[in-house]
Amino acid sequence: MALLKIRNLTVRFATSTGSFTAVDGIDTHVDRGEVLAIVGESGSGKSVSMLAVMGLLPDTATITADEMSYDGHDLLRMTKAERRQLIGREITMIFQEPIASLNPSFTTGFQIEEVLRLNLGMSRREAKARALELFQQVGIPSPEEKLKAYPHQMSGGQCQRVMIAMAIATKPRLLIADEPTTALDVTIQKQILDLLMSLQEEYGMALILITHDMGVVAETADRVVVQYKGKKMEEADVLSLFEAPKHPYTKALLSALPENATGDRLPTVSDFFGEGAR
Amino acid sequence: MTVVLEGRDITQDYHVRGGMFGGAKTVRALKGVSFSVEKGKTLAIVGESGSGKSTLARIIALIDPPSGGELLIEGQPVNISHKRPGPVLRSKVQMVFQNPYGSLNPRQKVGSVLMEPLVINKPEIPAEERRLLAEAMLVKVGLGHEHFNRYPHMFSGGQRQRIAIARALMLNPSLLVLDEPVSALDLSVQAQVLNLLADLQEEFGLTYVFVSHDLSVVRYIADDVMVISQGEAVEQGTREAVFAHPAHPYTRQLFAATPETDVEAIRARVAKRQAARQASGVAR
Repeated sequence: MALLKIRNLTVRFATSTGSFTAVDGIDTHVDRGEVLAIVGESGSGKSVSMLAVMGLLPDTATITADEMSYDGHDLLRMTKAERRQLIGREITMIFQEPIASLNPSFTTGFQIEEVLRLNLGMSRREAKARALELFQQVGIPSPEEKLKAYPHQMSGGQCQRVMIAMAIATKPRLLIADEPTTALDVTIQKQILDLLMSLQEEYGMALILITHDMGVVAETADRVVVQYKGKKMEEADVLSLFEAPKHPYTKALLSALPENATGDRLPTVSDFFGEGAR
Repeated sequence: MTVVLEGRDITQDYHVRGGMFGGAKTVRALKGVSFSVEKGKTLAIVGESGSGKSTLARIIALIDPPSGGELLIEGQPVNISHKRPGPVLRSKVQMVFQNPYGSLNPRQKVGSVLMEPLVINKPEIPAEERRLLAEAMLVKVGLGHEHFNRYPHMFSGGQRQRIAIARALMLNPSLLVLDEPVSALDLSVQAQVLNLLADLQEEFGLTYVFVSHDLSVVRYIADDVMVISQGEAVEQGTREAVFAHPAHPYTRQLFAATPETDVEAIRARVAKRQAARQASGVAR
């Protein structure tokens, strides 16, 4: 059964040169406990569609959709107060820049305890104990000390772990991860992806992974949506996508992977779309 | 084969000044690295952040002098610790940086970006010829004459990286140091820029030092590979040798962490996941 369902989602931005359509009629859904990867290059609208779900777009954005529902709740017609009950509790999100996502002026412990107190109504003491548990669960070394550390005193990988700890603090049913490992080294990327996958299994939560990296898709996804210039190009389960991509753009993306190079030259997207090289 | 670049036991120390309480410290970013690259070949330097790979790139590109060791370019020892490299030396080695948004002056037109190296290092070339050379180079990297009078913000990331490569080639260098030149680019644009680099290497007989953290790119472009970790070269060899038989544990760790896009690997993962779900008996 679909947990999140989106039909014909369109997001337009009012700009000084007129209206710009960032997402153009996207349909998608995520089932309970499923890992969905949304792949695309910059400008494909992959982040914007999920920010629309979270209600995090600026006022210049106009969102229209035939349906945008979470677990039977209509996200489009929801009041702000109702939405706040969902966002941050049932649906949480982590972002690309872990160090920038944390407030530099407060300790990481304070920030995670704040989440616990506001969303779950815990007392300070309960929140402190639970924060420690969460830090242990996401594998932060010497968690007691790190609760007292400021974001700048931690590495990028550790900050991403803190973000993940915050995102799972409320035991959400849907976690949206927007390029969670792009800013990290490969060995750290592996650790973070492994962590996300094991938490996903353990909590049975659905995970939407927004990424541009086909390698990340191959290592994590159950199902994949490929986006290009705001439109959905292809949707398939991960094995069929890599084994027999249907859309020319997907084929182009896969053959542009350097590890798939057959001759001396890498095929580019324009080779597949028959456009002039630019 | 002639050796274009050679490094012998290069070290680099950074001195961290002490604060009000702590004393001064010395950080050894490179702990004696040796290498050599033949003409027309590509040496890839692989490492993670903090490994010292960019420190080494800056030394090779004659931006920073090393604290110790010897650097030879076309067989000649080079020492820039007291005197900045002159026009002759500067024309031999050029660099392309990672971020094409940061490495181009937003207030400088593309034409003037390309002509500037000539103005500084080859002032004997008359203005008219300089302009022709710059236009020819634009075409060479896949841009057009019409781009000559545009500003960097009017270009996409991939096009900007082409401009940065064009600028580096204006002086006809024999050695190009590329510091993560495709990391900031989308996959399809990355493929175009890698193709361009391969074409240019063939046409001009260029030697590349290619700094990267992305093993799939390295496997595609490199002839020789040097893996560095915490300032030490832990593994050096031809691409075939390093990829087929990684000897050092760190190299193996890097390979293990690199995502596999191989269909069989995905099939195995999907099967494992299904098995785990059935075993745990979670009904979904």
